[in-house]
Amino acid sequence: MQKLLLLGDEAIAQGAIDGGMSGIYAYPGTPSTEITEYVQHSKQAREKKIHSQWATNEKTAMESALGMSYAGKRAMACMKHVGLNVAADAFINSAITGVNGGLIVVSADDPSMHSSQNEQDSRVLGKFALIPILEPSSQQEAYDMAYHGFEFSEKYKVPVLLRIATRLAHSRAGVETKELKPENKISLPSNPTQFVLLPSIARKQYKDLLNKQAAFDEESEKSLYNRYFEGSDKSLGIIACGLGYNYLIENYPDRKVSYPVLKVGQYPLPRKQVEKICSECKEVLVLEDGYPVMEELLKGFLGKEKIKGRLDGSIPRDGELNPNHVGAALGLKQTYGKDIPEIVKNRPPSMCSGCSHIDVYLALNEALKEYGTGRVFSDIGCYTLGAYPPYNSINSCVDMGASVTMAKGAADAGLIPSVCVIGDSTFTHGGMTGLLDAVRENSPITVIISDNFTTAMTGGQDSPGTNKLDKIVIGLGVVPAHVRIINPLKKFHEKNVKILKEELAYNGVSVVIPQRECIQTLIRKKREKNKK
Amino acid sequence: MKTDIILAGVGGQGIISIAATISMAALKNNFYFKQAEVHGMSQRGGAVQSHFRFSDKEIASDLIPMGGADIILSVEPMESLRYLPFLHADGWLVTNTSPYINIPNYPEPADILKEIKKLPRHIALDADKIAEEIGSQRSSNMVMLGAASPFLQIPFESLEDGICKMFGGKGDDIVASNLKALHAGKKFSDANR
Repeated sequence: MQKLLLLGDEAIAQGAIDGGMSGIYAYPGTPSTEITEYVQHSKQAREKKIHSQWATNEKTAMESALGMSYAGKRAMACMKHVGLNVAADAFINSAITGVNGGLIVVSADDPSMHSSQNEQDSRVLGKFALIPILEPSSQQEAYDMAYHGFEFSEKYKVPVLLRIATRLAHSRAGVETKELKPENKISLPSNPTQFVLLPSIARKQYKDLLNKQAAFDEESEKSLYNRYFEGSDKSLGIIACGLGYNYLIENYPDRKVSYPVLKVGQYPLPRKQVEKICSECKEVLVLEDGYPVMEELLKGFLGKEKIKGRLDGSIPRDGELNPNHVGAALGLKQTYGKDIPEIVKNRPPSMCSGCSHIDVYLALNEALKEYGTGRVFSDIGCYTLGAYPPYNSINSCVDMGASVTMAKGAADAGLIPSVCVIGDSTFTHGGMTGLLDAVRENSPITVIISDNFTTAMTGGQDSPGTNKLDKIVIGLGVVPAHVRIINPLKKFHEKNVKILKEELAYNGVSVVIPQRECIQTLIRKKREKNKK
Repeated sequence: MKTDIILAGVGGQGIISIAATISMAALKNNFYFKQAEVHGMSQRGGAVQSHFRFSDKEIASDLIPMGGADIILSVEPMESLRYLPFLHADGWLVTNTSPYINIPNYPEPADILKEIKKLPRHIALDADKIAEEIGSQRSSNMVMLGAASPFLQIPFESLEDGICKMFGGKGDDIVASNLKALHAGKKFSDANR
């Protein structure tokens, strides 16, 4: 079959297309974005009319994917790890409803927080949902897991969680593709109440899910993604999950490890193989790119087992796993180049020259002078970079939509005015319901929706609220006289400061919408136009 | 045979185009390869790096171990120094000397150059200037790739092929100016190594 050069993300997308997927549902989020983008740009997917339009947030994505599964077709929902929190209600309950068409949920974790606010491990949520989890160690495995994942999901009528981490999501390698499978035809669930989680039905469905656990164990035992490599030196056994296996092998140039090794790519952990490695080895080292999830499980509360890993300090407790961490844990001598010379300064990301958010912050900083600092709640997007000097404009960044509701809560406490800065895409993702809370009490907050007509931070995906934001906020009940659209350009600075001051002084909900296109998408559009 | 390269620069400088050209060349030679890129937040003018590995044998890790890189190829001088812990004792540092200044506390470029020159094996060239001199202003990245080419363990012709494939869709002029840039970089390295 064809050999393609693919990012881990792209391998998942191609595997899903070839595996007979009818729709992908996602909200952009690093490091998961490229999965959906690949489907959007795939000629094959277009010809097959595979659904790939962005969803408004991860919850709506997860629910739409579940709806497609209800109708008998194969669907995928993709998100970054913190997106799985947003989708968690639907995700956990989809394990109770079960599926009709195959359903794969991809969660891309970001250990070391390259582009995230935490490094939570999605395997915890997969275990919480009591469903099988797949974790690839290579682009090829990522492809294979997506390709076969739908059938696995259909076999047990449960969703399957496919967990990847940044390093695989954004690393490119050769991938062999497989034969294209046909899409499912539309079909209703054989049991008409399968998806009705009324308590009486849910209790039965939950029991069904519990009863499937033994089969999941059995599947893990015989899974090709879980492999036991015998070793002659039993002083140590190694359980290497996902990418941990690669970092282990990297430390042995001849690829020969003298210790027994259990390579894990499918959960629940294969019990018999774990029992074998723990009984035949004096100590066991657990390698995981993320939280010490399996390590903690094996160690147990009393810590009687001789398990090494992140919890006993053999490997750093936080941050991305790498070959050197693993080598050091194995007691192998690690080489290091020269130290970074002192002269090298940090170069954090920054807003682009010409970015509209810059003009927004300059105006806001000036308008807020009379009230003092410390009252600006912000959100997730490029504008979060306004926390850095020289702007120092914002005081929070927690989760998508939190700016609106935190400003409201602070205003409730008496911090008046409280200000919120949120982007257009983030506002429709998670800010609208919070604004309704504020409208209901006419809270004295000023909401700035810095609208650059795109989801910029993740590379400029279209944003569902574009050209509708004023109508949305008026529809939610904001008084039209206090919905102000401004143009964030240097030449309008004085005018914009004046408008902001007026709204800061207003004792109720006001929404200011600075509108100017993202400089990156503007450049890209110009370039594409020139091409034509 | 294996070559491990740390590609370095600032988000927006287009190190991915260098990586893409090498990957085309590696693919043509049927090498295994893995290339870890940086996407997301750091792309906004922050420090970016890519780990690029190719070999005639299977490659395990997407990340290059510390002290294991054969080459640091940087399109910005200060960024070239940021990854020194990754450079093998016998490795080469190949860097552009033209600074990209987007932070208020950027060091004196002359001091950076002093640090670079402390390394036993380095190639430092003003790729922007060279690109301009040969009339290929926008091809300084290919000048840099040319400068690194003697250390890549990949036939030079494959890199030329890579450029033809990469830029073929953009017209013969663009291909020609990138090829010229590649040659100019190689010439500099051959004369200064």
